[in-house]
Amino acid sequence: MNPRRLSAVMVKELRQLRRDRVTLAMIIGIPLMQLVLFGYAINLNLRGLSAGIADQANTAGSRAVVMDLLATGVIKADVSAVAPQQLMDSLRRGEISVGVVIQPDFERRRSEGREAVQVLVDGSDTVVQSAAIQLAQMPLDNSRALGNVTGLREVTAAQISVISFYNPERRSAVNIVPGLVGVIVTMTMVLFTGVAIVRERERGNMELLMATPVSVSELMVGKVLPYAAIGLVQTTVILLVGLWLFDVPIRGSLFDVYVAALLLVLANLTMGLLISTKAQTQFQAMQMTFFVFLPSILLSGFMFPFAGMPRVVQWIAEVLPLTHFLRLIRGVMLRGAALVELWPSVLALVVFTTVMMAAAILRFRKRLD
Amino acid sequence: MAGNDAAVSARGLTRQFGKLVAVDRVDLTVPRSHVYGFLGPNGSGKSTTIRMLCGLLTPTGGQIEVLGLRIPQQAEALRRRIGYMTQRFSLFEDLSVRENLEFLAAAHDVPKERARQRVDELIALYDFADRPGQLAGTMSGGQKQRLALAGAVIHEPELLFLDEPTSAVDPESRRNFWERLFELADDGVTILVSTHLMDEAERCHRLAILDRGRLVADGTPLELTGALAGRIVEVVTPEARKAQRALSGRPGVLSVAQIGSDLRVLTPPGEAALSNLRRLLEDAGLPGHVAVVAPNLEDVFVEATRKREGGADTAGRLQA
Repeated sequence: MNPRRLSAVMVKELRQLRRDRVTLAMIIGIPLMQLVLFGYAINLNLRGLSAGIADQANTAGSRAVVMDLLATGVIKADVSAVAPQQLMDSLRRGEISVGVVIQPDFERRRSEGREAVQVLVDGSDTVVQSAAIQLAQMPLDNSRALGNVTGLREVTAAQISVISFYNPERRSAVNIVPGLVGVIVTMTMVLFTGVAIVRERERGNMELLMATPVSVSELMVGKVLPYAAIGLVQTTVILLVGLWLFDVPIRGSLFDVYVAALLLVLANLTMGLLISTKAQTQFQAMQMTFFVFLPSILLSGFMFPFAGMPRVVQWIAEVLPLTHFLRLIRGVMLRGAALVELWPSVLALVVFTTVMMAAAILRFRKRLD
Repeated sequence: MAGNDAAVSARGLTRQFGKLVAVDRVDLTVPRSHVYGFLGPNGSGKSTTIRMLCGLLTPTGGQIEVLGLRIPQQAEALRRRIGYMTQRFSLFEDLSVRENLEFLAAAHDVPKERARQRVDELIALYDFADRPGQLAGTMSGGQKQRLALAGAVIHEPELLFLDEPTSAVDPESRRNFWERLFELADDGVTILVSTHLMDEAERCHRLAILDRGRLVADGTPLELTGALAGRIVEVVTPEARKAQRALSGRPGVLSVAQIGSDLRVLTPPGEAALSNLRRLLEDAGLPGHVAVVAPNLEDVFVEATRKREGGADTAGRLQA
């Protein structure tokens, strides 16, 4: 690899990038927009669910239970009803997400230790459901749990206590922002290099480049490196804003965070290059990019916990760079782990990058035929 | 083979795309320091041949030697020594004049100091002194073509391939462009240029005429036209359309084309051409005056391609 030709390709890419206002805006705009969107809007820890309450006992004790429930802040009383049937109707119409039914014989049931309170939940939203289940685990003063009635299933008292390490306040942003570094980098990096080669082919530059002594590896590496720097700039933006807006901690070493980010950036850039050698038009490259991007978001553990996925889906997820990055970044930022402790994922990303780059270079021919 | 004094030599050069034979057993010898023209209509295989000669396309068959290198095996070694100007503008539209030249200099391994010198030199020589910072995409057709040529010669190549360089350019820019080509040839550069324009073909030192993938004639413009001396007859008649119908396909008439209000007739070799045409016109009851005129390259093209098909309509595919 000739350093002069390599730097010529890199300088060219940077100069072209400087004139490409839309792409420039994307570099900073996408991270900011997504960060604010995901950080504020996606809150897996629900508060303020509208609830209907049917207190059929209406004793001092039952009113105290209702007050306790409202005091958690998880529900707010929007509808008060007399009969459970009314709550069921409101639930079906979508007026409320949670219904609380207190039996007329509340006091007797409570003293006998039987189910005294029912929580009706709109189970069509799993997040609401899990929030309501947490509600049901709130101990009554005689340490008996409330009952949960989606399927008339009883939930007994929380006799196993859960201690949440690393995110005791259970703030979603803490979990989401590190992952968001990965999502944003995946989205923008694959896109940048995905169109990189096709664009030159479409604009006719490729025939000129092929007729020069610039080698395939110089061209590929020269296209990847400037964007790698941009990927790290994006990482910095997300981390700074994450720190500033959401107090996301960085418990491990900052250096490890950047190494992890760089590994993901390179994995995605080389994957983009491979896409670019296959796609015939920029539009095709975009389509292929989304083909990679969607599974990344859905299967990597960013949206849904990896552990809960079927075995086959887990295998697919193991191939995605984002899966490994999430393990690294959550480990380093939230648990304060060192990168070496997480070496299997580091290795996975390095192997992925090498395979992609090699495939891209092998696939690309300095020939028109 | 002519060895050292031929810049390009090809034997039996063939390229197929699926069932289509784009280039069919072409033999070529391009002498050094010449401006060598490829003349042919669109689709005659000019671009395909040029791409094979500079190693961008693998031939289906045949041998190529360019500047003493076997192509396509030694194509990488050739890159530094040739310049290639593509048919479509292929410099970077979002880079300025200077940035494009700087990139191409570095891409061709021109040493840093020399590259700086060369870029300044070419900016002055190719009339970009007043706009070195202008983006290539915002320039006119003539300016783009000038820039493309400057880019193709930045590393001072021995051999230049130009694929229809003047297709998007006004006549004055074309004339200037050809002046530059001859200056380069004077400096010892061999230039292979394809065109479908007769007036450009006439300027070349030597020509190869391509038709549907076959090389149908080659030589200097004078040799080519000289071979047709005495066989081109101009018919001046007030009823050109009728006269054309009367003459077409008759014995002693190989092709008839209308040029303005006159007819241009290609006749077989021999003496009886004029009297034969006069008789044909009289038989048809048409007035007319006939005279032998000097052949041009279009006539050469018509004669060369006539044997492969019906004849006359081939001429219409070339632009005079």
